[in-house]
Amino acid sequence: MAEPIIRMLGVNKYYALDGVQVHALRGIDLNVMPGEFVAIMGPSGSGKSTLMNIIGCLDVPDSGGYWLNGDDVTHMDFDELAGLRNRSLGFVFQGFNLLARTSALENVEVPLIYAGVGRALRRERALELLKRVGLGERLSHTPNQLSGGQQQRVALARALVNRPALLLADEPTGNLDSATSVEILNLLTELNQKDGVTVLMITHEPDIAARAQRKLVLRDGKLES
Amino acid sequence: MSIFAALQLALRALWRNKMRALLTALGVIIGVAAVIAMVAIGAGAQQRIAKELDSMGTNNLTVRSGTVTRGGVRTGGGTTPTLMLADAEAVRELPGVVAVAPSVRSQVQARFRGTNWGTATEGVTPEFFSVRNWPLAEGEIFSARDVAVAAPVCVIGQTVAKELFGLAHAVGETIVFKGLACQVVGVLTTKGASAYGSDQDDIIYAPLTTVQRKLLGITYIHGIEVQAAGRAAAFSASSDIKKLIRQRHRLRDDQEDDFRIFNRAELAQTAETNAQVFSWLLGSIASVSLLVGGIGIMNIMLVSVTERTREIGIRMALGARRRDILWQFLLEALILSGAGGVMGILLGMGGATALAKFSEFQVSVTMWSVGLAFGSALLVGMFFGLHPARKASRLRPIEALRYE
Repeated sequence: MAEPIIRMLGVNKYYALDGVQVHALRGIDLNVMPGEFVAIMGPSGSGKSTLMNIIGCLDVPDSGGYWLNGDDVTHMDFDELAGLRNRSLGFVFQGFNLLARTSALENVEVPLIYAGVGRALRRERALELLKRVGLGERLSHTPNQLSGGQQQRVALARALVNRPALLLADEPTGNLDSATSVEILNLLTELNQKDGVTVLMITHEPDIAARAQRKLVLRDGKLES
Repeated sequence: MSIFAALQLALRALWRNKMRALLTALGVIIGVAAVIAMVAIGAGAQQRIAKELDSMGTNNLTVRSGTVTRGGVRTGGGTTPTLMLADAEAVRELPGVVAVAPSVRSQVQARFRGTNWGTATEGVTPEFFSVRNWPLAEGEIFSARDVAVAAPVCVIGQTVAKELFGLAHAVGETIVFKGLACQVVGVLTTKGASAYGSDQDDIIYAPLTTVQRKLLGITYIHGIEVQAAGRAAAFSASSDIKKLIRQRHRLRDDQEDDFRIFNRAELAQTAETNAQVFSWLLGSIASVSLLVGGIGIMNIMLVSVTERTREIGIRMALGARRRDILWQFLLEALILSGAGGVMGILLGMGGATALAKFSEFQVSVTMWSVGLAFGSALLVGMFFGLHPARKASRLRPIEALRYE
């Protein structure tokens, strides 16, 4: 049997809000296998963002274990986590989070810069990915010259440029109209089915979550399937 | 991340805010230019002083007859017959002494036809003019033979020449002072004011013996001009002469000197030290503006870090390590200060050259000041860039990503 991409065991996370300690995640157990398309749903305040940050290696659990693609995340320092994010994770955010006044091509190149990839190879890879998401014609456009759907495609290209083990999508259609949402979801589904990309998507809309093979619901810091 | 990629990143970020970058660099530009120009003015002043000191004869000492206490009465300097020609001859034998020129001095009223002028005459030997490094404008210096026979000849300074002869030729004419008719054989070049403020050109030089015998009727001398081999020799000669003359004058240990030694090397050293202090003072005032320029860099970098918090968050999410972020911002600060330094060097050198051209200031751009100013600019950039860069690299990615 293959090694899981995500393996979480009894993850707890606390944070202080206005001096009150909040138990945000209560013993999360989660396994995601390669090639899966998993959706995590939950109302606001259920701990979605906290879980997302931990899965995305932007934060570490207070207790419990987390292995991403076989790497033990819980004992990593900042730079090790940065390296892990760079190699093993691709982020797609609700607000796109592209670098302003920077061309689509250069935006897609950013993860490769931190991976230490040379200039020529960076260009080649970024170009390839932008073509894959259907933006081969708009390489030199900056984010403010692109529509929301186009910006999210650039973000997708950027997320995939380092060939990550996991694509992490946090409300990827939250800022898009329904037609564009469908396009992006189709692209995600296609990437999952054709290219075998493992996708973990967080959303609060049931019809979006319906596109995933497996749906999980987060409620009060606990995961229900 | 490679250095090349980091450099490219920093340059691009600066290019996006061209005006801001230029204004920030301006602080450093002005600071560096000020340091270079100010030090150039200081060094120019130093050179000028060195030149003036040279004309004075910086390695010279003057020995004058001094005070003698007889029965409680202390006589003034130069009025008592304590120094003899033999003292001068003895001094000549001391190590480090190159030349010796004994002299006597007298106030005179000089006449030429209907004009008269109150001045001083000094009896000297031909050696005197080389000791004082004082060339002639026209004519010639009286000879050793003239000194031997006490010939009635003289060499006059520019002030005397102007007052007695105006625009007319002086050489070959005869002037009269204290009843002595004296033929002018040479006119000296302009020497200007002495370091003590007196007009060095207001003087008539005659052979030592002529003044001693025909004007004053004395056998002693008033002073000895001593030329030492160099600055250090002047200082050692000063104490040697003191010892020698005390011995020759048979002064007991409890008796004070009956002569005085003026060491011009000492004066030269003071003047040079002053010029150097002046240089440093100008330089340090200018460095303050360089410091202010550095604070400007820190200010803008802090603003930039805040503005780009979200960008920093995105970069961290995409795999930037702390040192990647640190170097991105530090490089921006270093490029600002480095480019500002280069422009400041050009502006400073240009400014100094223009100043030399259009004013009385003498300037000298020194390589060490250029190097120092540029090095300081880089250090300032490093120092003031480090705090904002560290601040950027310490941001927490989750918070930075959420920053609006």
